[in-house]
Amino acid sequence: MSQSNRIKTGGRIDRNKPVSFTFDGKTFQGFEGDTLASALLANNVHLMGRSFKYHRPRGVLSAGSEEPNAIVTIGSGKRSDPNTRATVVEMFDGLEASSQNCWPSLNFDIGGINNKLSRFFPAGFYYKTFMWPKSMWMKYEEIIRASAGMGVAPEEGDPDTYAVKHEYCDVLIAGGGPAGLSAALTAGRTGARVILIDEQNEFGGSLLSDHGAEIDGKPAMDWVDAALAELKEMEEVTILNRTAVIGYFDHNFITAMEKITDHLGPQDSNDTPRQRFWKIRAKQVVLASGSFERPMLFGDNDRPGVMLASAVRTYINRYGVLPGKDMVVFTNNDSAYKTALDAFANGGRVEIVDTRVDPKGPLVEQARSLDITIHTNAAIVGTKGYRRLKGVEVMELNEAGDGVKGTKFHIGCDVVAMSSGWNPAVNLFSQARGKLRYDEELTSFVPDHCQWDNYSVGSCNGTFTLEGALSEGLEAGLKAAQAAGFGEGQSVPATPSAPEVEHGDMRTLWYIPMDRPLARGKKHFHEFQNDSTVADIHLAAREGYISVEHLKRYTTTGMGTDQGKTSNVNAIAIMAQIRGVSIPQVGTTTFRPPFVPVTFGAIAGHDVEDLFLQARKTPMHSAHDRNGAIYEDVGDWKRPYYFPKAGEDMHAAVQRECKAVRDSVGIMDGSTLGKLDIQGKDASRLLNLLYTNAWSKLAPGKCRYGLMCNEHGMVFDDGVTTCIGENHYHMTTTTGGAGRVANWIEEWIQTEYPDWDVYATSVTEQWAVSILNGPKSRKVLEKLVDIDLSAEAFPFMAMKECHIAGVPARIYRISFTGELSYEINVPARYGLHVWDALLEAGEEFDICQYGTETMHVLRAEKGFIIAGQDTDGSVTPMDLDMDWIVSKKKGDFLGRRSFTRTDTARTDRKQLVGVLTEDPNVVLMEGAHLVRELKDKPPMDMLGHVTSSYMSPNCGRSIAMALIRDGKNLKGQSFMVPTMSGKAHKVTITDPIFFDKENKRIDGEPS
Amino acid sequence: MVETAIKKVSPLDGLAGPVGGNVKLTSNGFVGKVIIRGDSDNKDFVMAVKDVTGVEIPTTALTFNEGETYSIYWMGPDEWMIMTPEDGEVALETALREKLGETPSQVVNVSDYYASMRLSGPAAREVLKKGSPLDLHPSKFKAGNCTGTRFAHATIFMVQRDEEPTYDINVRISFAEYLWNYFVEASREFG
Repeated sequence: MSQSNRIKTGGRIDRNKPVSFTFDGKTFQGFEGDTLASALLANNVHLMGRSFKYHRPRGVLSAGSEEPNAIVTIGSGKRSDPNTRATVVEMFDGLEASSQNCWPSLNFDIGGINNKLSRFFPAGFYYKTFMWPKSMWMKYEEIIRASAGMGVAPEEGDPDTYAVKHEYCDVLIAGGGPAGLSAALTAGRTGARVILIDEQNEFGGSLLSDHGAEIDGKPAMDWVDAALAELKEMEEVTILNRTAVIGYFDHNFITAMEKITDHLGPQDSNDTPRQRFWKIRAKQVVLASGSFERPMLFGDNDRPGVMLASAVRTYINRYGVLPGKDMVVFTNNDSAYKTALDAFANGGRVEIVDTRVDPKGPLVEQARSLDITIHTNAAIVGTKGYRRLKGVEVMELNEAGDGVKGTKFHIGCDVVAMSSGWNPAVNLFSQARGKLRYDEELTSFVPDHCQWDNYSVGSCNGTFTLEGALSEGLEAGLKAAQAAGFGEGQSVPATPSAPEVEHGDMRTLWYIPMDRPLARGKKHFHEFQNDSTVADIHLAAREGYISVEHLKRYTTTGMGTDQGKTSNVNAIAIMAQIRGVSIPQVGTTTFRPPFVPVTFGAIAGHDVEDLFLQARKTPMHSAHDRNGAIYEDVGDWKRPYYFPKAGEDMHAAVQRECKAVRDSVGIMDGSTLGKLDIQGKDASRLLNLLYTNAWSKLAPGKCRYGLMCNEHGMVFDDGVTTCIGENHYHMTTTTGGAGRVANWIEEWIQTEYPDWDVYATSVTEQWAVSILNGPKSRKVLEKLVDIDLSAEAFPFMAMKECHIAGVPARIYRISFTGELSYEINVPARYGLHVWDALLEAGEEFDICQYGTETMHVLRAEKGFIIAGQDTDGSVTPMDLDMDWIVSKKKGDFLGRRSFTRTDTARTDRKQLVGVLTEDPNVVLMEGAHLVRELKDKPPMDMLGHVTSSYMSPNCGRSIAMALIRDGKNLKGQSFMVPTMSGKAHKVTITDPIFFDKENKRIDGEPS
Repeated sequence: MVETAIKKVSPLDGLAGPVGGNVKLTSNGFVGKVIIRGDSDNKDFVMAVKDVTGVEIPTTALTFNEGETYSIYWMGPDEWMIMTPEDGEVALETALREKLGETPSQVVNVSDYYASMRLSGPAAREVLKKGSPLDLHPSKFKAGNCTGTRFAHATIFMVQRDEEPTYDINVRISFAEYLWNYFVEASREFG
């Protein structure tokens, strides 16, 4: 039998289901129900990883979620999952695992040289050494990261799927051990909505490992099974195993990660998500998250084979694995005696090293009665073995426990099971910003108070007896349900009896002394994953990093993937010793989410690939696809950017489109423009408030352009608003500003003028908008409509309701190009129909489909602004040379009072002007600066910057607009524009209207 | 004037639904939708809407009232949506505006603004829970409820029709394809 450490019977593994798996390419056997760690231990493999900094060989320390050492990569290629704890990986047939942070192999890792040189690599080494020269830090960092790195993230796409789920409950219970199950029972019985969450595959928590525990005279697991059976019958109880609560946020918002298929291995189909990320709002929270055993801080306490005593017991009882044949139990308390007894019962040779002078109590007596050797008042001062523990050196402690005496003696062993006491798992409570209290008797931090409704029960509350856990759970479950409005009048059931033997006192020695000074030859690791030692804490203190927050950053204690679950309290205690203060005076750092590592996939859920971000499409999108549009992302919208013909690049296509519109006719999709329907007797009053110009006299069927300013008098949007009928208006906004304007209007109506008779509702997507532009627009349109299109009957800035191609339409004669233009609005369902009809009708005029870039060029030729491109939130209408649009007569409007502020009223503000390059073929970079005097290098006297710049085929040269200090007074003057490449262009400031200054083209060709 | 066959296009045209049987997803076609704004304390307003539609304006949040032709949905303290069978919206809009006359109000045809789809089947609620942060437990949101909420990145207006459960979901048409595809992907695990 290859599984040399497997106990013949017992454990919760399924011996009928053997599996094989590989670790670093070598094949091993295990059973279903094993974890990767237990299966490797069954095969007597302890060496599972290399440490972060010194590359020391490391074995498994724990049997659960706190594991700092056995960090491996599961799977390979696109399915590789790095930085996974071997202690929580469930075994399946074909599982593939590999070690990390070692090269060329786990057994011979060249990085191990760091260990030999470790005297030169204390805490803070990198910060101190690689600071000079400063410019090289980025380079150093790359190399340091590569050699210190954890696992490698796969570069290919993840073939698995993930999901997110939102849920609510009355009572959420984190932890499914005896306390959590008890709470679930009493909460569930009230009919409250309960979610019971446990990280492991099975419920039972500590009872899964506690061979011999009894509840009401029967095996404790019988009670667990009965509790689960009862809970499963409750309709409102959700039971989640393989689910870790990872975050506890304000107002009892809880996040959890459920592993759905991880334990089954890679799946052929990805229909079922691999993991699910839960976002839960709980009225009440019961924390039953258990506790973590503390390691002993003795010399070279990190050798593979040195494990937590409770973990050894879990491997024996739960997995049927005796991690080694020759065991030394090193303890300061009675709980580790259970490990000694169970190991002995399963054929292990056991000796106990106990720091206490005179341990007594039933467990100690039992060990003595079995002739197990107990070395009292003794300590391990060092270990033998490098890749695997071979033995320990033991000495007698002095009275104070801060030194050793007598003769050193050696005990041969391949496993040390150590226990220095227990820390309640207060991580989630602390995440919720609950305050902790130091319990002198337990020598650990326990929950004190929290602003959110929660209850800590069982060992995470410092209650370490089974009866205590059951009792606290039963009470908290009912109290929580009652606080949520359930179970009125119900009382807490009697606690089942669960008698336990009494435990004796502890003798806490935070640092285990040795026969030579600290840091000479041996390392006392308190933080295994980040290779931080007791000596590092001393160094931190010597260098002044005595605050717990500084200690954490300086030594990186608690900053690994395990978040210091086994190390934090020890580190704080050592610092307290050094400073000669009490442990609470040192204090704790705040625990932060996630409690255990989370995959990015789970957080993203379905929001990947096409569902990552909505692609908003207009009703004419399929036509644009068909007609070869290249798209531009405008917000979330997909807008045609340009429509290239075969062989055309963007420049060629845009130049052609620009020419075609002014020579004949073009068509563009304007559906994305923001639109609002405004109705009510005070509608024109609202428009007078929002816009700078006057709106009271706009007649039905007439359109008007307006600028919107914020309270500071700065332009933030523009558009055309049309009077549809009495007290009824249709407002348009920029595409990107649609939401902002809608919110702006709603805010003013709701907060300042709720008494006004006016309502505004977004209709952006109600209307599909096809825009015709160019002298031949009328000729195209008249083929499709039932109204007179002559300039007399349908003048500029008017709106007509009519039919086009058989469907109802509103046509607005407004123009963003200076050409004859019709903006044809039809209900969205007809958008494609009308677009296609217009293309067909325009065929004889070579109608040209054009996109946003051509629109930009054409409007710039006319000097029309784009709010957000030529304005940036610091530009007034006057800066845009648009004084004409600011009413001097009407009453107050938004922005008005700011126009009289001295800075706003200044006449030398940055103003919008045209800019022409001396060389007509040069197109300036948008953002380029105009300078008064060219110098070798910055700083130069900057006048302002280019906001819009294009090659205009209709002007036969490049054109640009710019915001220039005192620009209106500088027209006709020449300046320089330096470029990134070192060249400079000479430019002249002009009027910003470059084409058809007299506005002669607006009525197009007569029909 | 050139006459061509008039084609109506919905953003849901041609989209494939979920493969399995536990979630059904269908388009509701061109259901007519009219937004009405006003003050439900104003009897003239309430009566005018009642006269035209035969349906009482619901004043309880998250509820709707159904009549023979029209149903009225609470969207906010001063905002309701009236649904009509296809092509009924223009007549409704006209009738409402006429009846309301001077009464402070707004009537807006949004039939094309929203696409409407029906999500139903035993796993429909589970699908919604993936993207909506709302409590959809049958004791909190049930047949007869409607609400504005979000699903993933889309703002939606949702109506629960029955306890199967069946939901009608209205979404701005530019988000319709995204939402539909999200529902289909989210349904996959439920078969």
